[in-house]
Amino acid sequence: MAQITLKNLAHSYLPNPSQEDDWALKEIDHVWRDGEAYALLGPSGCGKSTLLNIISGLLIPSQGSILFNGNDVTEAPTAQRNIAQVFQFPVVYDTMTVRENLAFPLKNRGLDAGIIKERVERIGDMIGMTDQLDRKARGLAADAKQKISLGRGMVREDVNALLFDEPLTVIDPHMKWQLRTQLKELHRQFGHTMIYVTHDQTEALTFADRVVVMHDGRVVQIGTPDELFERPEHTFVGYFIGSPGMNFLECSVEGETATVDGNRIALGSDYGRPSGRIQLGVRPEHVKLSKGEGLPATIDRVEDVGRHRIVRARVLGAPLNIIAGEGEAIATDGQTVVFEPGRVNIYSDDWRVEPHGSSVGRRAA
Amino acid sequence: MSDAATSTTGAAHRASANQTGARTKSRARPSVLQRLTPSGSGVVMTIYLLFLLLPIYWLLNMSFQTNSEILSSFSLVPQYPTLRNFEKILTDPSWYMGYVNSIAYVVMNTVISVTVALPAAYAFSRYQFMGDKHLFFWLLTNRMAPPAVFALPFFQLYSSVELFDTHIAVALAHCLFNVPLAVWILEGFMRGVPREIDETAYIDGYSFPRFFVKIFMPLIASGIGVAAFFCFMFSWVELLLSRTLTSVDAKPIAATMTRTMGAAGVDWGVLAAAGILTIIPGALVIYFVRNYIASGFALGRV
Amino acid sequence: MEKTVNHKAWFLVLPVLILVAFSAVIPLMTVVNYSVQDTFGNNVFFWAGLDWFEQLLASDRMWNALQRQLVFSGIILAIEVPLGIFVALNMPKKGFWASVCLVLMSLPLLIPWNVVGTIWQIFARVDIGLLGYTLRSLGINYNYTQDFFAAWTTVIVMDVWHWTSLVALLAYAGLQSIPDAYYQAAKIDQASRWAVFRYIELPKMSGVLMIAILLRFMDSFMIYTEPFVVTGGGPGNATTFLSIDLVKMALGQFDLGPAAAFSIMYFLVILTISYVFYIVMTNLDKRDGTQ
Repeated sequence: MAQITLKNLAHSYLPNPSQEDDWALKEIDHVWRDGEAYALLGPSGCGKSTLLNIISGLLIPSQGSILFNGNDVTEAPTAQRNIAQVFQFPVVYDTMTVRENLAFPLKNRGLDAGIIKERVERIGDMIGMTDQLDRKARGLAADAKQKISLGRGMVREDVNALLFDEPLTVIDPHMKWQLRTQLKELHRQFGHTMIYVTHDQTEALTFADRVVVMHDGRVVQIGTPDELFERPEHTFVGYFIGSPGMNFLECSVEGETATVDGNRIALGSDYGRPSGRIQLGVRPEHVKLSKGEGLPATIDRVEDVGRHRIVRARVLGAPLNIIAGEGEAIATDGQTVVFEPGRVNIYSDDWRVEPHGSSVGRRAA
Repeated sequence: MSDAATSTTGAAHRASANQTGARTKSRARPSVLQRLTPSGSGVVMTIYLLFLLLPIYWLLNMSFQTNSEILSSFSLVPQYPTLRNFEKILTDPSWYMGYVNSIAYVVMNTVISVTVALPAAYAFSRYQFMGDKHLFFWLLTNRMAPPAVFALPFFQLYSSVELFDTHIAVALAHCLFNVPLAVWILEGFMRGVPREIDETAYIDGYSFPRFFVKIFMPLIASGIGVAAFFCFMFSWVELLLSRTLTSVDAKPIAATMTRTMGAAGVDWGVLAAAGILTIIPGALVIYFVRNYIASGFALGRV
Repeated sequence: MEKTVNHKAWFLVLPVLILVAFSAVIPLMTVVNYSVQDTFGNNVFFWAGLDWFEQLLASDRMWNALQRQLVFSGIILAIEVPLGIFVALNMPKKGFWASVCLVLMSLPLLIPWNVVGTIWQIFARVDIGLLGYTLRSLGINYNYTQDFFAAWTTVIVMDVWHWTSLVALLAYAGLQSIPDAYYQAAKIDQASRWAVFRYIELPKMSGVLMIAILLRFMDSFMIYTEPFVVTGGGPGNATTFLSIDLVKMALGQFDLGPAAAFSIMYFLVILTISYVFYIVMTNLDKRDGTQ
């Protein structure tokens, strides 16, 4: 188990990167703390697989270094790093039985036959394949094969880190939930450092202690699921996390007041006079339907998703989503909305502005 | 471990992002020297390619020498390079017509083989019908038939229908092994095309011939290319049947070459030049398909 | 994939059927016809029953040729298949050099077979050939026209030269289809180079390798032109393989009856062995189909 440090790390697939867009992974400094479960979240092409491959040693970064427990392993081959990785599509050794597949990484490390047998059986049980241990892996369904890949990743106890590259893409939804629970259970038991790459926010938020959100080759925020929800550091995080994502309104800000199209909104903290392109961000969960006070809204559509309703509205010409309870009355006429003060974030050129005299949620830099 | 270590702020990101492009501390790419250091694979491939090319080089070497130079001295490069051998072949109709004849029947055979194989391969890849498996195996057995077995009966058959010494006779004879091969290759490629495409086309009101030509054939274009390549190859390299079925008018170049045994012994220079000239059409074909060789040899079956 | 039953599909197969019937069935009937008749010339034939078959089975001629043939096919398969795989494993995966290798390796496959013979006939001659001359200068007593061992070696090396690339190209095509993730997983599992070959590369190549073995077996079993040009079947009968012997009998001596009987038995041997291959291959297909 290890703490993984990334120092000035960046990568480009081009031999001579000249402009910012040439970098698949822009410079990053980060420490993955020992024994934590991380999720690496972002849309496809954001650089998360590149980062994962650099950590596993399948890719040597163009610049910067990577340290395991303080030792520089930037150019060390994968085998020396003692990590386990599970890929997006199942990788199984077709001609081996399920048991041989699971035992393979242990056998290659010259472990004792007794230990191998015991571990393989425990992992077989964990992935629910005890009764299939002695059949050939060839001909198994994709999800069964992926379970074997997961099992092969988990079978070693002494790994520095366990890396998952969107491992549940090919798994049935109900099985997804079950396997994710088992992964969490495994994490609790052994305390491995785990990095789980996904583009599915539910997967990321339910699996990880800490979520690393990537966008366009850059890490935009690292935080607990709660932090990502309440205080997205970047408009992308606000938009990407949550369903539906955060609402943004163009505004101007002075002190504790934001002005949207001549309407004043109380912010609850002092922001001074931020410069640049100013936006106000508020979660649909923190918008309340009202009558008379607040901003006038036109309701376009109401979607009932079971537990609550999503109200698609327009406020001052901009689209705005509201989450309303099942019983709440929605007027077709003269509806207004109010933002919960203190739940509103201010963004300048897409990055969150920290209010003065407040340290809420803000970690000292 | 304090929180401080994991902290990243928006401002820091903006700053670092701007710097990224201008970074000078990039990891060094392998130097020219490192790249030229031989790897194990490089050595293996060099030896193997040398083994392949050396005999061909020797033929080329001799094709630029006169017969007397070949017989009198031994040298790795021609001492007095001459084009006389090539000149002789390219000006003598009994020589160069050999090439024309070969290319004529090879092209005929390729066209015939692929044309008849297309519908058959479609039938095998899409439908079950009476005796389909037996038929398929029977077709393949013809690919396995030794040409030597057929040489004499072919001679008699084509003589009796008065096709002896014509291009079409050789082209038809070569269908014996090329048609089964083309069916087999095309069947492999067609199996890879989802049947929903056929069904959609029929629903859209396409007739079978129109669907086949307009939609299906473009989809398996690479397969048709591969089948044509193999037909060309096996027809071009074959000698036994083409020599048996021709005498003068359709005599292939390969057979003409056996003629260089004159009274004064073998004219090695001319023989080598003729050999070099037979390699050229193949080399041209390979050059045109060079980007498809790897996938082509998978025969749609990987 | 389930195929629909449609007997009209026969119409699609019809052109192939007619063509192959014309070029295979009619000649084959002629062969069968000859095999049971005898003639004293002038196109007068009389029934000979199974005499030719009995005579042939009793004489050493065919057995010896068959034995030489089996040894030859066995040797070249034993060399070409492992060598082809080895070459494929060492080929560059992509880029300029990959194209260069592919083009150069395909070259021998498109050289007319008699020219292949000519190339090696020249290359191996002790007076004017690079190989023969070099061996002679090294003091090795090499002469493929007279020495049994030299003749066999030359014919085998020639076949390896001619056909290894086919095996290598097929194996290479198989290797190209393996996704990178497999190699990455193997690195992570600390698999040895041998394990990567044994458990990843070989299983993925097995399909195309079967095709390679089948093609090489069939074609080597019918080999005629190349050894005929180089050794003419000699010295003595040392390199007289089945096809060479058959052509000698049929077109050289015009012994139509025995040649026809020979043909039929020759064909049957190939058919039997190929049928076994075919069964193995369709079973492989089926097994892969259940994945």
